[in-house]
Amino acid sequence: MQPFTTVTGPAAALPAANVDTDVIMPKQFLKGIDRNGLAEGALHGLRFGEDGAPRADFVLNRPEWAGTRFLVVGPNFGCGSSREHAVWGLMQLGIRALIGTTFAGIFGDNAANNGLLLIRLDAADLATLSERALDPANNSLTVDLPGQTVSTGDGHKVTFEIAPLRKDAMVRGLDAIGSTLDHAADIRAFETRYRAEHPWLA
Amino acid sequence: MQPKTLYDKLIDAHTVRRLDDRTGAGSEILLYVDRTVLNEYTSPQAFSGLREAGRTVWSPKDSLAVVDHVNPTAPWRVAAMPDAGGARQVSYFDENCREFGIELLDVLHPLQGIEHVVAPELGFILPGMVIAAGDSHTTTYGALGALGFGIGTSDIEHYLATQTLQYRRVRTMRVTVQGLLPAGVTAKDVVMAVIRQIGASGATGYSVEFAGDGIAALEVEGRMTICNMIVEGGARGVVIAPDEKVFAYLRDKPRVPQGALWDAAVEHWSRLRSDPDAVFDREVHLDAAEIEPLVTWGTSPDQAVPVGGMVPDPTRETDAARRGDMNRALAYMDLTPGMAMESVPIQRAFIGSCTNARLSDLREAAAILRGRRIAEGVRGMVVPGSSSVRRAAEAEGLDRVFTEAGFEWRQSGCSLCLAMNDDVLAPGERCASSTNRNFEGRQGAGGRTHLMSPAMVAAAAVMGHLTDVRRLAKEA
Repeated sequence: MQPFTTVTGPAAALPAANVDTDVIMPKQFLKGIDRNGLAEGALHGLRFGEDGAPRADFVLNRPEWAGTRFLVVGPNFGCGSSREHAVWGLMQLGIRALIGTTFAGIFGDNAANNGLLLIRLDAADLATLSERALDPANNSLTVDLPGQTVSTGDGHKVTFEIAPLRKDAMVRGLDAIGSTLDHAADIRAFETRYRAEHPWLA
Repeated sequence: MQPKTLYDKLIDAHTVRRLDDRTGAGSEILLYVDRTVLNEYTSPQAFSGLREAGRTVWSPKDSLAVVDHVNPTAPWRVAAMPDAGGARQVSYFDENCREFGIELLDVLHPLQGIEHVVAPELGFILPGMVIAAGDSHTTTYGALGALGFGIGTSDIEHYLATQTLQYRRVRTMRVTVQGLLPAGVTAKDVVMAVIRQIGASGATGYSVEFAGDGIAALEVEGRMTICNMIVEGGARGVVIAPDEKVFAYLRDKPRVPQGALWDAAVEHWSRLRSDPDAVFDREVHLDAAEIEPLVTWGTSPDQAVPVGGMVPDPTRETDAARRGDMNRALAYMDLTPGMAMESVPIQRAFIGSCTNARLSDLREAAAILRGRRIAEGVRGMVVPGSSSVRRAAEAEGLDRVFTEAGFEWRQSGCSLCLAMNDDVLAPGERCASSTNRNFEGRQGAGGRTHLMSPAMVAAAAVMGHLTDVRRLAKEA
């Protein structure tokens, strides 16, 4: 997993509610067997017209938002399917963090497993950042995960909450499977007892 | 002892160890997961990850692999996939299952079908289990008294390697459905009514328990429909306390425990319920008598109205953000505020998906179609939930009811629910669909989806427009 400490870059606003995983990564990009090549698919219908040409008016295609690192999103972002391709594609597009009020559950876990930071704020703080994300002259943010802050270019700073274990794993870019396998003996012991207590599962 | 919800009991019984000092919702634990079901499109990178790290599968017998998302559903089964990407996924799936020793039901297997239809009908899912799988509709298993929830590919890999997940406990919500459903109102309408009431993220961060005599009165397959689709309300897990109906459903399934083990299991399963005074973080109540057949008008599953109602008017919505979402949905769906839902014409009718393609669903749709023809200009497809469902339906003549009505009787798969295979809506086509998601482009770029029960789809196909199934049921 890619570690996340401090990242600075442009933020873009995607304010619609319920942006679902079919929008984030449409089905025609789900036919691979590896994690690569998904940047093109990310938000494809929003970024490209039916003829395949970039939509000039879409925020991520405008020069002021070149190199966007953050999306300020509407509620329930990532709802729908479990496809982790949605997270892989956003990261391959260069997105390092999403800032919103609520995120869908499986999407949130997928993001955490890949080092895509989800920042949950209340509506007032989100509005502050959303204003900046809409302003081409002032759209740069700095996200400091160890310090749990988001700073705007014009001196505002908001703080955010994140579960300590998740934060630690993201800051250090930990391999979750490796850390679980450190507990392999515990898992074996649990399993032996559990199957003895539930013999129909043995 | 403090009273516990069924969710808490199942989590406690599967906790290998705590990962932090907290307790209750938000605390992190190492969660033992009994079993998983794998499909060809969300699993490939998990197997690649195992291989790259030189890891093995902890317990191969606890995984069941099923090809369902990318395969064609044409009436004659062929091994070939409709496109190169799907073919590569299926062949890699086969390679992975062989190498890691996992049982695979491939496209030609007589038990093939949609994973969430196949696993219960095999008896692979038992009450009291925790099931996590790489598909959001894993919540289906709540109907059997198992805690089911979807996971992404990284967590599939984590499960395969460790038999566990690093899991954060969620809050609990009880949805109580009191009373009996009126005639013509189905389990699909119940879950659509719940989602309409709580919103598309109303259960985000919660595990839901369905309760009440309205749920108890439902057969197990109807409960599966409800547990399956509540994920569209954001639920992170679902469970219904198992009862005699569940035990009767499981009794003749091929892989359930036998003899004394069965008796011991039932004795244990009978005690799986929330304590009477357990406290849920949120309670939701529905009166079954007030639920009507619902249809969606928009592009989110909570954008639904009773079929006798009208397309809503965004100018009456006071919240600006929600108004914007409504306007966008109406533009995509090409609907006008104030239109009667029953005046909306359709070109496609789809009966299928892990939500609504079990035998009871096909029976309900067939009951509407018997002796009728679908309207001119409507293409109707029936995609049974599994090959076993298909055979059972044929044994009672349902295939002929569908084909005589003008529906295509197809092979099993996820099909037009998410259109990853060659079953796709053309741009602008409007579909009455027994599926679970009406997202933009879900059934094909530019395609328009109206969600409803299978019987409502059948009724719409006959009329050529959305219609109240109760009218046709009366005439039947």
